[in-house]
Amino acid sequence: MPGYIPVIGLEIHAELLTRSKVFCNCSAEFGGDTNSRCCPVCSGLPGTLPVINETAVEYAVKAGFALGCSINKFSVFDRKNYFYPDLPKAYQISQLNLPLCINGLVPIEYEKDGEKHTHNVRINRIHLEEDAGKLTHNDLEGVSLADYNRCGIPLIEIVTEPDIGSAEEAKAFVEKVSLLLKYAGVCDCKMEQGSLRCDVNISLMKPTDTELGTRAEIKNLNSIKAIGRSIEFEIYRQAKALDMGQRIIQETRRFDDNRGETRSMRSKENANDYRYFPEPDILQVNITDDQLEGIHADMPEMPDKRLIRYMSQFGLSETDAGIIIADKEISDFYDDVVMAYNNPKAIANFIISEMMRRINLGEITIDDIKFSPENFAKIVELSESEQINKSNAKDVFRALIEKPETDAESLAKDLGYIISTDMGKVSEVIASVIATNEKAVEQYRNGEVKVFGFLMGQCSKALKGVATSKLIKDELEKALKI
Amino acid sequence: MRSALDKKELSATELTETYLENIAKTDSKIESYVTVTADIAKEQAKAAQELINSGKSSPLTGIPLAIKDNICTEGVKTTCASRMLENFIPPYNATVMDKLNAQNAVMLGKTSMDEFAMGSTTQTAFEKKTKNPYDLNRVPGGSSGGSAAAVSARLAPAALGSDTGGSIRQPSSFCGVTGLKPTYSRVSRYGLIAFASSLDQIGPIANSAEDCGYLLNAIAGFDRHDGTSANRAVPDFTSKCGQGVKGLKIALPKEFFEEGATDFVRKTVLAAAEKYKSMGAELIECSMPSLKYAVPAYFLISSAEAASNLARFDGIKYGHRSEKGSTYGELVLNSRSEGFGREVKRRIMLGNYALSSGYYDAYYGKACALRQEIRAEYNRIFETADVILTPTAPRTAFRIDENITDPKMIYYSDICTVTVNIASLPAISTTCGYDENGLPVGMSIVGKMWDEETIIGVTDTFERNFTKISAKAVK
Repeated sequence: MPGYIPVIGLEIHAELLTRSKVFCNCSAEFGGDTNSRCCPVCSGLPGTLPVINETAVEYAVKAGFALGCSINKFSVFDRKNYFYPDLPKAYQISQLNLPLCINGLVPIEYEKDGEKHTHNVRINRIHLEEDAGKLTHNDLEGVSLADYNRCGIPLIEIVTEPDIGSAEEAKAFVEKVSLLLKYAGVCDCKMEQGSLRCDVNISLMKPTDTELGTRAEIKNLNSIKAIGRSIEFEIYRQAKALDMGQRIIQETRRFDDNRGETRSMRSKENANDYRYFPEPDILQVNITDDQLEGIHADMPEMPDKRLIRYMSQFGLSETDAGIIIADKEISDFYDDVVMAYNNPKAIANFIISEMMRRINLGEITIDDIKFSPENFAKIVELSESEQINKSNAKDVFRALIEKPETDAESLAKDLGYIISTDMGKVSEVIASVIATNEKAVEQYRNGEVKVFGFLMGQCSKALKGVATSKLIKDELEKALKI
Repeated sequence: MRSALDKKELSATELTETYLENIAKTDSKIESYVTVTADIAKEQAKAAQELINSGKSSPLTGIPLAIKDNICTEGVKTTCASRMLENFIPPYNATVMDKLNAQNAVMLGKTSMDEFAMGSTTQTAFEKKTKNPYDLNRVPGGSSGGSAAAVSARLAPAALGSDTGGSIRQPSSFCGVTGLKPTYSRVSRYGLIAFASSLDQIGPIANSAEDCGYLLNAIAGFDRHDGTSANRAVPDFTSKCGQGVKGLKIALPKEFFEEGATDFVRKTVLAAAEKYKSMGAELIECSMPSLKYAVPAYFLISSAEAASNLARFDGIKYGHRSEKGSTYGELVLNSRSEGFGREVKRRIMLGNYALSSGYYDAYYGKACALRQEIRAEYNRIFETADVILTPTAPRTAFRIDENITDPKMIYYSDICTVTVNIASLPAISTTCGYDENGLPVGMSIVGKMWDEETIIGVTDTFERNFTKISAKAVK
């Protein structure tokens, strides 16, 4: 849509991976039987009081570090008051004026029209708050039921500046934030389970405009794809309206995944007045320099650092290192495998060419992987030390997926892949191949080198667990020269 | 009472039975109890006696107590004297109840109060509008009117109340008993159904400052369920009882005696000050200029917090649920309209208004600024004084049929007590005289933060030299 510049800001809600909830001791794990993970505190019974979970504060600070924020050493909780049946206290404990983290910066990279782009997105703030419950509507019986398991799960809200200019940038940003939060170990970022959710604020302006246009907010997007599609639709919708001389209404919209459209939920006039005020039940949060240093020292290795380590210590190419770090679980697995067998390049090759290929093909998922890094390392080691042929390593890997508990070496043995280097057998097979393929041998000796492959194939087939390809090749060449 | 129990002159069961009989006989006139837990009391008394017999008693073992009905008691209705919570049975105990149970104290029942502790008369209770034992036509004060009246009428030897702006001290003053509001965060608020979270404190009401000290010993202390409770050692609060007041500096802020009292109350409290002087204390004149703004500031802060605290009563999970309404919005609206009384609704509206966007700075923001100012003025006074002496209420108990239509008039009757809550300080009220109708006049001793020992000691000294006239209305 030419003529307009989209101005986009995101609000990302991420559930923290603390064991217990943010203001009580209930389990913060996903799921569970309905209302099995709640207590008088998180279900808001009268007389109960919230007590801050210090790990949640620590995780929120870690998220701040991960996203390049400054940390407010002095931070305050506020009550956001509104009625909704999934909010048992009728207020959400959140942070308004003094959030835990402010002024961050997240660099992103993305491809558009086949070109690589880089861009920086500023983070306005990250604050800590509690999640609400979940409602289930049963239209048949005409009832709505509330499940408070999610009530009180610690949530951070990450608010960006309006620095995003396209669906591609928004998607790249959310992916980058997910990666950083995963590396920081504070959120599993499973959008399909709702542990990461995104609201999009979007408006359009003309290049000549000096002020931002009126924005719409698209609520509760739960996949990267939906973020991209909803932005594209919204740009189209707003541009069309503006072209027709209409005004954009400031409102909240919902994205309908099936129709690929956003639809109005409520306008600003009907918006809530949240009547924020400082939460009197929770003391101000004071973080000392020592605590901050401690949290900082406790930060896991972030992806940018890991990339450099892979390149400088392991000698990987930037491309290979980038592919591996892009998935924290694979990258962690990679590090474990290297610990077991110090051959980082060969392991990287095998992970990228075999393991990630199978994952990308959808044959396995990272969660399915039950074999140990040591066992996996064994396959690469067998292949690198020429105890099995490289071309056979992937078959051993496939067998390992089926039988993760079984030792990789015995799997290779069972498949008959362990090379015995029986020279007598090698000579015998080569002699027999030469004898039975007179014509091909003739051609080769007359300078038709390409038939070598055919002869090599014949030998390899008969010698798969007996000799390395190199040995077969050398011996075959020798035999043919005679 | 403790020594009588320990010496076995009296069994815990006999003691409890005596109070239960008193309640059965006279509480129909006073209406101080919402719920009498006779069966529980008898059982607890029996268990207490066994402990006493085995020589394992704690200070409160076997002592019967009345509990204000906004303190959650597991398995026993906790109504806040509201239709909204008419049938609410908490599945948990307030921390103070756990502490009393740990000492095997005996619960006689739950006492009436102003609805959700909002009021100074106990006449806003949904049922059980408690009467003053000195004169059944008069209010017992509030909001802990049920607890104060029960102690005054000998329907309990001591009780727990809660104090947000004077709700322990003012009814104690009206009913001629002693009531203590501890330093904010001294006693856990877990299980106290919140009115105004930054002001609420649970405290004791008894026949003497020393008894209040014993009760406070039992309920004070850090609680990991209350993020605002103070993690500091609990002293013996009775340690300064019987030690006199020689050399003690008592400040008299003049505004409390000008704006804050009728002539008779002023004279009576000043006479008490003179008495302290005659016992060796030094009187200091001082000033608290912001007192005239204290009542509006208190009502803005407390109503704002209350509006939020009471929003959870939507009739969905527990409490009164209206039978009218076809949508969520209608159901909540009708449940709240039917469940709350006038005064509660008035304060919810006031509080929401004060927090609304566009009005926040002018109302809630200003009130918070004033809060800082009042704290600063107290700090200034405490630079030279050990304690502060003020009237507890501008006048003695008023008639049930007067005033009640003008809420502002009633709000201003809290003028002497609210600043203490605003500044988080401890204060205790005791009787220092009687008016021409024989109604008790109360005075308050305000202490420094965490210095309950001194105010209990100072009050104890006065009480040892003062002859009380007990309530006779229902004799």
